[in-house]
Amino acid sequence: MKKELKLKVNGQPYDIFVKPKTLLVEALRDHLALTGTKRGCNSSSCGACTIMLNGMAVKSCSILALQANGAEIVTIEGLAKGTELSPLQKAFLDHGSYQCGFCTAGMLMATTALLTENPKPTKQEIKEGIDGNICRCTGYNSIIRAVTAVVKGEYKEAK
Amino acid sequence: MIKDFEHFAPKTLKEALTLLDKYQDEAKIICGGQSLLILMRQGLVAPEYLIDIKGISELSYIKSDGKGGLKIGALTTHRTIEKSSQMRDGFAVLAEMETRLASIQTRNWGTIGGNLCHGDPAGDPAPVLIALNATLKMASLKGERSLPVEDFTLDYFETALKTGELLTEITVPAPPAHTGTAYTKFNIIESDLATVGVAASITLGAGDSCQDIRIALGAAAATPMRAKKAEAVLKGKKISDALLAQAGETASTEADPISDMQASEEYRRELVKVLVPRISKEAMARAKKA
Ligand code: FES
Ligand code: FES
Repeated sequence: MKKELKLKVNGQPYDIFVKPKTLLVEALRDHLALTGTKRGCNSSSCGACTIMLNGMAVKSCSILALQANGAEIVTIEGLAKGTELSPLQKAFLDHGSYQCGFCTAGMLMATTALLTENPKPTKQEIKEGIDGNICRCTGYNSIIRAVTAVVKGEYKEAK
Repeated sequence: MIKDFEHFAPKTLKEALTLLDKYQDEAKIICGGQSLLILMRQGLVAPEYLIDIKGISELSYIKSDGKGGLKIGALTTHRTIEKSSQMRDGFAVLAEMETRLASIQTRNWGTIGGNLCHGDPAGDPAPVLIALNATLKMASLKGERSLPVEDFTLDYFETALKTGELLTEITVPAPPAHTGTAYTKFNIIESDLATVGVAASITLGAGDSCQDIRIALGAAAATPMRAKKAEAVLKGKKISDALLAQAGETASTEADPISDMQASEEYRRELVKVLVPRISKEAMARAKKA
């Protein structure tokens, strides 16, 4: 039997009906068509499905959609303001922090959550911040460089 | 593929216990689900009824036990414990353990009670809680009972929870004076489970002799276990490197690890042999400062 699920995603309220076994990543991708969030391992290992739930980074493949009832969610689609990319998004572009791009949405959400919680992380803290995210292409250095550039204030938030 | 189930989201402990009592073994409790959902996806667990207790806010807290110890609600997330200012002095080891548990994403949603109830011998919290001599409180409609953490896990993924019971609270007593506790684990990827984990708590007496000691091993047997024979090697003695090495040897023989894709049995025994002296030494250094 389907159950009602109320969510706010990227500021927009949604009211949908899902089967209890629906994972949050499925609700976002299959029900709300927000396919920016990627599903990789589906077993809490790769971090590609990372989103922000009430301000915290979580793996959306490892949460039942119904557990997010009433929550405020930010996905990769919610980072840019209009056509203006977020500082981290710009920095990722400039520093070549992705190749195939499959991990990128998760990396950006993990690092966005990191900077929300701790705007001045050390290099070690940045590494810990992406500890739950796997990138099979670039390695991690370009990602760490991009985050470092934002931490140093080289990228400004859009007004 | 996850099998369909009926989902309940009680808001109070009472409601949850009533549901548990009604559905008995047909029901499974889910909280953060960071372990359970993996098993459900693999089809290893397929409950008819899922009782989702994540929303029971009365079970998420860290408070004093009034005697210098801590009471931690079973639904407290790993991340909350990691970041809590109460995890200082004798309890700092809990935050150190949490920092190394899985990834931030998992720690943000997963709970300490859920981790214990999963009953994985490689989980990080159990060895540390055993070293700290912590106890667990379980509730059912019939009442409450307590159990030391070291008696809670019975076998792989099997705990002492009876049908109708729910883990509600962890009590970590104030460590005795001059006590130090430390934990480490060996793993290849930082966010992985322990290949072997070792926690030790040492209380120093007159002349820095080892008045009391608790050594707990993770992923070294079917359950988190106390290395009591190794403890006996050190207890009452003035600790030396030679004695520590002997305790390591002893622990590696009393451990009963398996071989799996992470490591062979021999390798795990070797890890126990190396890590027991190392972490006991660290616990001793902390005890001197405590
Ligand atoms: S898809 Fe969620 S962690 Fe890999
Ligand atoms: S860019 Fe391909 S996995 Fe990270």
